[in-house]
Amino acid sequence: MSDNTNKTANTAGWRGALSGPLEAVRTHWDRAPGWERWAVYVLLIIGALFLPYEGLAPVMSPESAWSTILFYPIGIYVLLALGLNVVIGYAGMLDLGYVAFWAIGAYTMATMAVKHGIGFWPLLPCGIVLAAVSGVILGAPTLRLRGDYLAIVTLGFGEIVRKVAENTNWLGGTRGINNIPHPPSHEGVWFAGVDLFTYKIRDARPYYYLLVAVIVLVVIFSKRLEASRIGRSWTAIREDEDAAEIMGVPTFKFKLLSFATGAAIGGAAGVVFAAKTSYVAPANFPFLLSATILAAVVLGGAGNIPGVIVGAFLVAWLPERFRGLADYRDLAFGAILVAMMIFRPEGLIPSRQRKAEMAEGGGGMGHMGAEIDTSGSEAEVGSR
Amino acid sequence: MLLELKDVHVHYGKIEALKGVSLQVDEGEIVSLIGGNGAGKTTTLKTISGLRSCSSGSVFFEGADIGSMPGHRRVLAGIGQAPEGRGIFPGMSVHENLLMGAYARKDDHSKELAEAYELFPRLAERRSQAAGTMSGGEQQMLAIGRALLSKPKVLLLDEPSMGLAPMLVQQIFSIIEEINRRGTTILLVEQNAQQALRLAHRAYVLETGRIVRSAPASELLDDPQVRAAYLGGDVGGGDTGDTAGAEGEAGKVALGKTAPETGKADGEDAPDAE
Ligand SMILES: Nc1ncnc2c1ncn2[C@@H]1O[C@H](COP(=O)(O)OP(=O)(O)O)[C@@H](O)[C@H]1O
Ligand SMILES: [Mg+2]
Repeated sequence: MSDNTNKTANTAGWRGALSGPLEAVRTHWDRAPGWERWAVYVLLIIGALFLPYEGLAPVMSPESAWSTILFYPIGIYVLLALGLNVVIGYAGMLDLGYVAFWAIGAYTMATMAVKHGIGFWPLLPCGIVLAAVSGVILGAPTLRLRGDYLAIVTLGFGEIVRKVAENTNWLGGTRGINNIPHPPSHEGVWFAGVDLFTYKIRDARPYYYLLVAVIVLVVIFSKRLEASRIGRSWTAIREDEDAAEIMGVPTFKFKLLSFATGAAIGGAAGVVFAAKTSYVAPANFPFLLSATILAAVVLGGAGNIPGVIVGAFLVAWLPERFRGLADYRDLAFGAILVAMMIFRPEGLIPSRQRKAEMAEGGGGMGHMGAEIDTSGSEAEVGSR
Repeated sequence: MLLELKDVHVHYGKIEALKGVSLQVDEGEIVSLIGGNGAGKTTTLKTISGLRSCSSGSVFFEGADIGSMPGHRRVLAGIGQAPEGRGIFPGMSVHENLLMGAYARKDDHSKELAEAYELFPRLAERRSQAAGTMSGGEQQMLAIGRALLSKPKVLLLDEPSMGLAPMLVQQIFSIIEEINRRGTTILLVEQNAQQALRLAHRAYVLETGRIVRSAPASELLDDPQVRAAYLGGDVGGGDTGDTAGAEGEAGKVALGKTAPETGKADGEDAPDAE
């Protein structure tokens, strides 16, 4: 008994040490005036633009090409995490098959460009729409489920999409699709030693800048959503779905919207990814990746965009940085994740609101295992 | 008649939670629905507010069959609810919670907002506090205040006394009475039968999904069988949330067919957060 209390006190102490400075930053940020925020955003974008600087490479990535890593995994993970954040962070739904939407975007680019010669720019909106539509098709029958039920169904969906790709000749089977064309180039626009719009195989940096542009747009879009009536509806659903419904929130409609929005962002990431790597195969889209992106969102602080970006950056970058440790790399990475969840379960940089939800005990991840209204169907397992 | 349930059956999978419930609520009344743990009280309210659909039977509101109307539309029709376990939005501030109550409304809600703060001055003090960090009593006040912001014609209250200290229960119940005096019809679900029957005009006794008694509240208060089952035989004592479980037990002993517990224990009047 006393041993137990001791342990608790210890944990609290550790937590305090870790959260002290972060907390100060948070509080300051919450009170910061508009101009300061804008200044920070502009500085961050400028920082992102100079990130591929060669001088950073030995520090950031001694083992592999820094600018390549910046595109994938780092940039792609950040974009995927921002998309998944709309589903998990905003609406509080656990989606374990998110990678499927990324795959749908990538395969849209691959098939349409290779087989029908359509270019990158028309395919970008196509991939986005197709992913969003698959989100709706998956969501319409399943979003009446909640918590862990939804997680299981989405997990299945992720696997189905991968299996379909593996077993469809038209999609290249397990070998995937080769020779996907790059986006059209416009040579001669130089920035910091990079031919900005020249999309060739050699230089990853133009693709990285393309990705940064997409990420900035997605961040602005997410921020606008967050502050809107839609964002408020998602918050209500995340915090208590039944209560939201009886306040008049059309919960099903808004859950579907969140699912489709997240899927659309995943689709955009897929199109950009395929156009860069010029090769996609089912092996690019394992379940593990869905889990990793989920880890990024939760680790960084679901619902809070700076947190999510930092989380995704760390989850993508740390394993690359410590490639030298070979076999111990995954072990160390796993240990860090576990430690984080013990000492800071709300994430590195959580949103204020999330913190309050965690404190209340809801866990802030929707209501896991809450009841489902099957309206007379047999599928129900009571868990209340 | 404002609200009427006609032979309503509700299933959870194969479990039949409501086995033909019929009840009526007239405009201006306080009607109480009492019964032990697992009797189907919450299910009845969820069926009225549209969170569950009936497998058979019908729900009429202001004369219209609302059985197929989705839950989020019923708020606009005039059904407000403070759900079981309070159902406040923990991460939102008190004020934001209240505004969520007016989510579906397009007209001006400033009058109802002022009224909620007037009825619950405590909420005004805590205006910008995160709702999840408030005590159980304060959360209950918030749940009721929030429901008032939708300007309901009928207010459904699911065990507002659950887990609250006796003093607070008194306070909440007198506010419920005041809300009714100002013109809102109330359907009050309670395990705390003592308090509920004193407040209500009429009452129904629900037992394992069936209405077993329906009478003026004062009559039930004096009924020896009801007293034995739901009032612990002790009419004079001030019941509290703490003894609610014991009352449920008594119900089982006396009438012998109370369903198993739902397993939802929420018994403290303090925030879980430290
Ligand atoms: N989500 C659920 N799944 C399965 N059974 C449920 C669920 N909710 C309630 N029940 C069952 O329905 C019956 C009525 O429950 P409820 O309406 O919560 O009773 P009360 O509010 O009177 O305590 C109980 O037998 C309970 O076990
Ligand atoms: Mg109940």
